[in-house]
Amino acid sequence: MKYELQPTLPPPANTIGVIGWARKHLFNGPLNSIATLFLAWLAFTLLTPLFDWAFFSADWAGTTREDCTSGGACWVFVGQRIEQFLYGFYPREETWRLDLSFFLMLALILWLAIPKIPAKGIAAVLTLVVFPVVAFFLLTGGAFGLEAVDTHQWGGLSLTLVLAVVGMVASLPLGILLALGRRSEMPIVKSLSVVYIEVWRGVPLITVLFMASVMLPLFFPEGMSFDKLLRALIGITLFQTAYMAEVVRGGLQAIPKGQYEAADSLGLGYWQKMILIILPQALKMMIPGVVNTFIALFKDTSLVLIIGLFDLLAIVQAATNDPKWIGYATEGYVFVALVFWIFCFSMSRYSQYLEKRLQTGHGNRA
Amino acid sequence: MLRKAFIATATLSLAAAATGAQAAGTLDAVKEQGYVQCGVTSGVPGFSVPDEQGNWVGLDVDVCRAVAAAALGDASKVKYTPLNAKERFTALASGEIDVLSRVTTWTLTRDTQLGINFAGVNYYDGQGFMVKKDLGLTSVKELDGATICVQSGTTTELNMADYFRTHGLEHTPVVFDTNEQAATAFDTGRCDAFTTDLSQAYGLRTRMTDPSSVVALPEVISKEPLGPSVRQGDDQWFNIVKWSLNAMLNAEELGVTSANVDEMKASSENPSVKRLLGGEAGLAEGMGISDDWAYQIVKQVGNYGESFDRNVGKDSPQNIDRGINNLWNNGGIMYAAPIR
Repeated sequence: MKYELQPTLPPPANTIGVIGWARKHLFNGPLNSIATLFLAWLAFTLLTPLFDWAFFSADWAGTTREDCTSGGACWVFVGQRIEQFLYGFYPREETWRLDLSFFLMLALILWLAIPKIPAKGIAAVLTLVVFPVVAFFLLTGGAFGLEAVDTHQWGGLSLTLVLAVVGMVASLPLGILLALGRRSEMPIVKSLSVVYIEVWRGVPLITVLFMASVMLPLFFPEGMSFDKLLRALIGITLFQTAYMAEVVRGGLQAIPKGQYEAADSLGLGYWQKMILIILPQALKMMIPGVVNTFIALFKDTSLVLIIGLFDLLAIVQAATNDPKWIGYATEGYVFVALVFWIFCFSMSRYSQYLEKRLQTGHGNRA
Repeated sequence: MLRKAFIATATLSLAAAATGAQAAGTLDAVKEQGYVQCGVTSGVPGFSVPDEQGNWVGLDVDVCRAVAAAALGDASKVKYTPLNAKERFTALASGEIDVLSRVTTWTLTRDTQLGINFAGVNYYDGQGFMVKKDLGLTSVKELDGATICVQSGTTTELNMADYFRTHGLEHTPVVFDTNEQAATAFDTGRCDAFTTDLSQAYGLRTRMTDPSSVVALPEVISKEPLGPSVRQGDDQWFNIVKWSLNAMLNAEELGVTSANVDEMKASSENPSVKRLLGGEAGLAEGMGISDDWAYQIVKQVGNYGESFDRNVGKDSPQNIDRGINNLWNNGGIMYAAPIR
């Protein structure tokens, strides 16, 4: 008897490759097969007209509505207005200042985000201390030979970004302080934090903006007027801070008591304990919650349209009311949705990447 | 709803209270800051809307520009503040704006209880009916038994019901959430007629498949006089806005346009034209502005007819008929007090 190892046969043709994958995932039973076919049919019937409208029979080139003849989407409208959608009423010859601020911010974020680039400390200082000052002077002007641009001329995507970025950058540290305050053992600090959080969280953002825009000026002495954008920024920041505080508190509560006690037994003071031991662990766990709040904030910025600030959505709405372009609102809204989606999706992807990178084996994930 | 009511009441009382403090000196403040602060809509076709270059244009915007031309000699010196319907009156009361020119209907309550004054009417709006031309209709009275597309939950719907009941006519309203949907439904043949405020109806007509086949019936069943307003308590400023509007109307009546104004100023023998264009010194003294104020308005903004044609009338996509907005001597009701 001779025992010889038979060569391994390839798996049956219908279990590998595309067919195998499809059999396994799409057609592994009569019910699933029906569902797959139904969904494929649904996707086909819904997407074909959509693609046809958005791409194949859309009008791309031209300058007026007469150029939109094909019956598909009229992207000419968006193309004609794109500068306004991005820059609002910012003087056209000064828009390089918005571009420069945006790319500076982008560069700094990349510097911070890509692990291979060294000197994170310098980047952090530049982002948090130097950049806001530079951006402030670039955007408002009135110094260093730059022409002053009043905030009522701001608008479009750049205004949306200003609102969102200021809201995010200001609300996170303030939120951390409030969360620490709420967990503090000092009764006054604690009760003030609780009152602040509960009051602001209990009020809709639209009410906050409305108060800031309509009611506040009536309480000021005559002749004193407060920049509308600044009022909106303060309103948004105060509101988001309360939300952020609760997200941070959730993170703080997830840290086992042993960590606090370990820090205490090392003889660390309160701030040392928080900054060196607790917050680094807590912040890591808070990433999904924080990014969730950021994304919500980014989309909430479009509420400023009710107080007459022309963010991206408002300026597109205004443009759809131009008698020359009446009837192309759909294209405008699709464009807005796409821009919002790009920003929100990038934030979401970055947060997932960050979670993976900072994963140190806590929690249930391997 | 309750909160809405509360906010409205609180806003109104605050607005009224603030008015006392905010009186007088608007012209001085305007001269000092170098621009007129004007409250506009955030986009109503033909009335105030930003164009491709980001400049505000429209019939209401032209009132702001005329005021700036009169007060400062430069129509471009206007800071536009887009306002929603709720905050417009508080913005005026708090001094955030100096003129409110934002498709605002002049009513008794607004004029007497909000601490504001209406300086005139720059557009007589009202609810009307649009029908297909080939039906050959000439009056709303012939719409007995018709189906009519209308936006739901608005006074438009109620006005229509009242009107039809008063005249003993039957009708079937077909209601939609927005005016746009109502217009589209009418366009696709869902209804025999479509009703809303005429200024909007004409705007919506431009997006129908064949705008020229749709006409407005002559009856206007509600009164919506739209005009600019100012804070109460500063009569000088009130006069400037009132007469800026009057100057545009007078200029049209006298045939003075932005094109011929220089020629008219130099050579016209008509005393009314001379007075309008600053030929008589001291006429504008009471307003505290320069004698060539009306010249600047006509030169930079144009007369009322030019503004109308350019923004909503025959040179615009809406192509609204002058109708009652024509001058009194042309069959309309636009009548300005004389300048002398």
